Amino acid sequence: MSTINRRDLLPNLLPNPDDFLIVSGLAGASKDTAGLTDDGANLFTMAGAMGSTVSMGLGVALAAPTQHVLSVAGDGELMMGIGSLATVASMMPNNFTIICIDNGMHAETGGQLGHTSRRTNLAIMAEGAGIPSVLEIDSPNQFAEAAQFITDAPGPRFLWARVTVEPPTAYKRDFDLAARRQIFRTAFQAKNQAD
Amino acid sequence: MQAPDRETWSKLVFDKLVEADVTLFSYVPDFGNTDIIKMADEHNETRTVLLTSEEEGVAVCAGVDLVGQRGVVCMQSSGVGNCPNYLSLVKGGRFPMLMIVTMRGDYGEENHWQYPMGQAVIPILEAMGVLIIEVDREDELEHATEAAISAAYTGGQGVALVFTQKFLGAKAF
Repeated sequence: MSTINRRDLLPNLLPNPDDFLIVSGLAGASKDTAGLTDDGANLFTMAGAMGSTVSMGLGVALAAPTQHVLSVAGDGELMMGIGSLATVASMMPNNFTIICIDNGMHAETGGQLGHTSRRTNLAIMAEGAGIPSVLEIDSPNQFAEAAQFITDAPGPRFLWARVTVEPPTAYKRDFDLAARRQIFRTAFQAKNQAD
Repeated sequence: MQAPDRETWSKLVFDKLVEADVTLFSYVPDFGNTDIIKMADEHNETRTVLLTSEEEGVAVCAGVDLVGQRGVVCMQSSGVGNCPNYLSLVKGGRFPMLMIVTMRGDYGEENHWQYPMGQAVIPILEAMGVLIIEVDREDELEHATEAAISAAYTGGQGVALVFTQKFLGAKAF
């Protein structure tokens, strides 16, 4: 059984969230990333298009090879786009990390149990897809190891963080995806010119 | 009528895309996009991304756009059926999107299986707010390609450049 409260996860894994470009998937994953960054301009959150988070992060990573790109997804989202792990492995972007926050259920729709509460092992699936660096954690004692994994392991990386059923960060993020696209693009362009 | 030479029309489309600064070509393999993908593999400034399913390409291209670059997604018409939910990014987010669709299940098709999805391509794309630019004849090719590129990357639209079987020729069984 996991002993990780998800609200403690990202602040411990990503002490400097400004160092990353982040794409996060619907529901809890995006509440946690928005809470971490105060819905920052380096974050694109989703509240639809379920399954697309890893693919969108891959697009960012391929087009911005000097940036460290994160896709943060829940287990339901990740399973819906599971084929994208093979797509990532075939491209081998070393600047890309996938974090799956796995509470074993579809919390947003009422807590119905998902595949990872039954028999599915996401670490084996990621390895099987060909992702070179895979780490599974289920205890706060592994936070330091996981933070180092994100910065140091050969990419692309897949971090499977099994968490308890406690709720995600309470954060009301901006759902206007057209506006958020502009904010992300403008901030990236400005940062790129400054660099 | 003889179908136009695939390598010749593919070269025209590929060159126009490169000229428009498209650098990423995501795809699920199809007979119709074989040469475009081969050219993108061989060109110094473009790269290809093999997808497991077509909708991934919609999201990949949206990610490419977030950092100011340009991608396309190439697929057989059957793959359009995998894309609608991800196309929320087009209507809701105004992400530019260029889909290159090579048809099955229309003019001259002999495979029963291809008709249901082939005939649903246009209504599905319309329902998701994607503009459709069809190529039926060789003399339409150049302008249609230019129009699709302008609509996507200057006009900020989701666009499908659809190569019909009237243009491609139908597969023989």
